[in-house]
Amino acid sequence: MTTKNLAHYIYGIADNALILGQRLSELCGHGPTLETDIALTNMALDLLGQTRSYYQYIANLSTENLTEDDVAFLRKEREYRNVLLVEQPNTDFAYIIVRQYFFDVFHFMQLQLLQQSKDVNLTAIAHKSIKEVGYHKQFSGDWVKRLGDGTAESHEKVQQAVTDLWAFTEELFYLSGQDKLVIETGHGINPEQFKEKYYQTISQLLKESTLEVPEAKYFQKGGKDGIHSEHMGYILAEMQFMQRAYPDMKW
Amino acid sequence: MSEHPQIHPDLFPILKSIPDPEIPVLSIIDLGVVRHAELKGQNAVVNITPTYSGCPAMDVIGDDIKKALSDKGYRPKVNLILAPAWTTDWMTEEGKKALKTYGIAPPMDATSDKKALLGEEQVIPCPQCESKNTKLVSQFASTACKAMFKCQDCEETFDYFKCLI
Repeated sequence: MTTKNLAHYIYGIADNALILGQRLSELCGHGPTLETDIALTNMALDLLGQTRSYYQYIANLSTENLTEDDVAFLRKEREYRNVLLVEQPNTDFAYIIVRQYFFDVFHFMQLQLLQQSKDVNLTAIAHKSIKEVGYHKQFSGDWVKRLGDGTAESHEKVQQAVTDLWAFTEELFYLSGQDKLVIETGHGINPEQFKEKYYQTISQLLKESTLEVPEAKYFQKGGKDGIHSEHMGYILAEMQFMQRAYPDMKW
Repeated sequence: MSEHPQIHPDLFPILKSIPDPEIPVLSIIDLGVVRHAELKGQNAVVNITPTYSGCPAMDVIGDDIKKALSDKGYRPKVNLILAPAWTTDWMTEEGKKALKTYGIAPPMDATSDKKALLGEEQVIPCPQCESKNTKLVSQFASTACKAMFKCQDCEETFDYFKCLI
């Protein structure tokens, strides 16, 4: 395992928080209600804070005098390792909540394991982040239940979101060759350990919410190898606008 | 690592005078974010730990510490340390009283918020009228660290400083 491998592995965790944080930030001022607007942007803030911690670590690992901002903003499309799930657009509140829930359950389990990593920086970040992610998971899970076991309209919309987003769940468990090297040394963790529990957990909540659990035969992937959906172009165009328009700018 | 902050006695009054930028009745000492402050000659090194990962006040607190220390003639350095993770248990009793007077319900002990994360009810007394007949409006309120409650007796809404345990 080299430092480059370790940074590659950390991107696989941190970039999810960055892009999902970016997606949730789009809702600032546009949430369906004041309460949900504030909740979703609060969660975005938690995620972006976690991203900062990971990126500060990556910046410290690099030999090129990088800052956390360079790491966040100055990479090209295929250098981001977020999963396709977090790129999916804010189609409606049902999509937002289901995307969030599918991610939160994974994220929580991932952090539980990451607390046991051999890497002291990663365990520190995991210990901190899991307290916040616990609240996220409670929020998103409760809303899936309310919408699923809600009105005919809310049920139909959230079922639609579940059916569409299901195909993006398996990628959460994808590991590249470099990821495997980092896991071998104990710095990284293997999500395969909780894959079954993940699917059991989300299936159970979906059933409690009177929703059908999809029987997908095909799962989307590519994000973790830097091959992103068309949405990523728009996301980066917004996120990197200042850096592209005014290179070397200083706040 | 020590659970109790180690703060040099000369630096303590300076740090105690620095308020939390968002909640000015709370000093950063009472908040429990100052974990270590040592003095070597005129060099002052202060370690702080963030409350929530994304707390935007931490950068401001860092700057405030540097300014307060250099105003007193020290050469300050502020380090952000992540471990051990901040918990509301590190908030002082004085801090909790100050919050309540200001109208924010202070964090309860660890058990009652753990119950919340498990889906059971939290009982948070109203900071205005002390009634326990309050209900949760949202786990997310004005800032990352606060939830919103409403008192069903005096009908005021209030912020609750969420437990991080």
